[in-house]
Amino acid sequence: MKRFGIALASIAILALALVGCGPAKPAAVKFGVFEPMTGANAGGGALEVEGIKLANQLYPTVKVGDKEMKIELVIADNKSDKVEAANAAQRLVDKDKVQVVLGSWGSSLSMAAGPIVKDKKIPAIGLSCTNPLVTKDNEFYFRVCFIDPFQGTVMANYAFKEVKAKKAVIIREVSNDYSVGLAKFFVDSFKKLTGDDKSILAELNYNTGDQDFSAQLTEVKKFKPDVIFAPGNFTESALIVKQAKELGIKTPFLGGDTWETPEFIDVGKKSVEGVVFSTFFATEVPITETSKTFLDAYRKQYNKEPAAVTALGFDGYLVARAAIEKAATLDTVKIRDAINETKDFPGAAGMITFDADRNATKSAVIKTVKDGKFTYLTTVQP
Amino acid sequence: MTLTLFFQHLANALSLGSLYALIAIGYTMVYGILRLINFAHGDVFMLGSYLAFYGAAVLLLPWWGSLLLAVGVTTFFGVGLERVAYRPLRDSPRISVMVSAIGASFLIESLATVIFGGRPKGVQTPDWLNVIVNIGPITVMSVSLVIPVIAFVVLAVLLWIVHRTKTGMAMRAVSTDLDAARLMAIDVNKIVSFTFGTGSFLAALGGIMWSYKYPQLNPLMGVMPGLKCFIAAVIGGIGNITGAVLGGFLLGFIELMTVAFLPELSGYRDAFAFVLLIIVLLVKPTGLLGKNQAEKV
Repeated sequence: MKRFGIALASIAILALALVGCGPAKPAAVKFGVFEPMTGANAGGGALEVEGIKLANQLYPTVKVGDKEMKIELVIADNKSDKVEAANAAQRLVDKDKVQVVLGSWGSSLSMAAGPIVKDKKIPAIGLSCTNPLVTKDNEFYFRVCFIDPFQGTVMANYAFKEVKAKKAVIIREVSNDYSVGLAKFFVDSFKKLTGDDKSILAELNYNTGDQDFSAQLTEVKKFKPDVIFAPGNFTESALIVKQAKELGIKTPFLGGDTWETPEFIDVGKKSVEGVVFSTFFATEVPITETSKTFLDAYRKQYNKEPAAVTALGFDGYLVARAAIEKAATLDTVKIRDAINETKDFPGAAGMITFDADRNATKSAVIKTVKDGKFTYLTTVQP
Repeated sequence: MTLTLFFQHLANALSLGSLYALIAIGYTMVYGILRLINFAHGDVFMLGSYLAFYGAAVLLLPWWGSLLLAVGVTTFFGVGLERVAYRPLRDSPRISVMVSAIGASFLIESLATVIFGGRPKGVQTPDWLNVIVNIGPITVMSVSLVIPVIAFVVLAVLLWIVHRTKTGMAMRAVSTDLDAARLMAIDVNKIVSFTFGTGSFLAALGGIMWSYKYPQLNPLMGVMPGLKCFIAAVIGGIGNITGAVLGGFLLGFIELMTVAFLPELSGYRDAFAFVLLIIVLLVKPTGLLGKNQAEKV
């Protein structure tokens, strides 16, 4: 055992020595990729990282002043956990000293990083985190997607006009800021549309990581709603829809952008057919020239259709790169200012202009699940 | 609440409770023999369900093939785990073994994250377990009916082994006094291995049934059920097999009724399980069926 230990130690020392002797790395611009790679949200995180990596392959360098510099991606796993997210963000800004942070999938996780990037004055670009609080009062956090007040209205409109629902039940992931926020905006909007304060029959809660929803769904059955709005993480949502079908609930399910991950269909299988949700981008309707570049590159590399959040990952990278080019310096406050001035930037998922709260104003896309595939239904303008 | 609704909740609770029961038995048996809380039990559970998944998805085995494979491999894994992580520490203070158990748990979780990947996987439930059954106004899945049956058969078989066989007699002896049992020419190591094997067998079986009912796998899926089943074992009286089953059912029932009667508190349902643990520890630390200094298997 002892000899094994010594051997291990010498290997470690040797490895260190080798690293030390290697050629000096050229100075690189560092982009911190702040995403859940493990845990409940890992599926979503992986999709965004795909987009960021693809952008990095197509545009591996950035011109800072007159120096062409390599862009290095530093991936930090925030483990789908708010505490771990704060640690991961701290590591990115303190140890890795990144110039820009990209991410995270999941508003709660992004919010955990908010105070850290603000404190260190490092600009962060959220990709698909839609809760308004992510960027509110934090001049260092931006996002390249729309926010939940809009998304909630879009889905309430869909429920009212397309499903012709008069009564709805909400199922929320109560420990998730995204789910609670989106549910609230849906409720407000739906009440206004129906003109009925009692149009929301019940708001039921569950926790991240729960797997048994039979008690909540038995309650839902009692209320006999016209529609069920259940924004939340994809695995839990897929299990909810599946267990609802098992209990004989035939009410249509509506959800939010987090549902668009392969795992949602993989877990839910046939039972998620016909669910409807809002998201950011549909490959059926490319918006800009960049969309085409992105789609061609993605299809060539992965041989499948990209998810909306993958396009947003691509866009976040491009926005950060363009801002550094414009700022012509690696000073993070100047980069932030350059990001803030982004106007009519052609991203893969639409034009990006940041408003006063550093959010992009974009149209929403409504999709459904048909024959085991996410299928485009319609586009809603803001 | 109407009677129909109550029976529907009861049916849901029965299937959740029997899953808890299956896993709680493993905790309670190991504790009974070694006075050790095997914190890696939840991860053995996870391993079992992953192996069944890979048996079906990669080796293309039929459902019973992958079930047998997973249960078999996991049983040996449990025996091996005891050899590596617990046996060398048998004469050490109990706290060392406990730390080792926690370490083993983290090791298995991290290895699973590296090997199986952090993204959740969807499980294909066998068709015959995926049938919707209507019993009067109550709707359940066939898998929810099969699980309680398995739990009761397992309970009966275990009680028979413990009280009617030579091995069982040896188990009871080891649990009463390990050293005295050794002096009576009982092969203590064999009995301990047998206990871990049985516990892991049940964890794998529980894990596979769990993944048929909630068809989603991730490397940390064993953590919460593991903790809950530990609570179930304590409620029933840790060390007592019938108690573990009773505790499992009770926990499943209380959890679901919390959501049913207090829907606005449904986000706190895990918290209720832990509050229950605190209450039991304060009021009746030996659990419902546990007796002080009684036979503990």
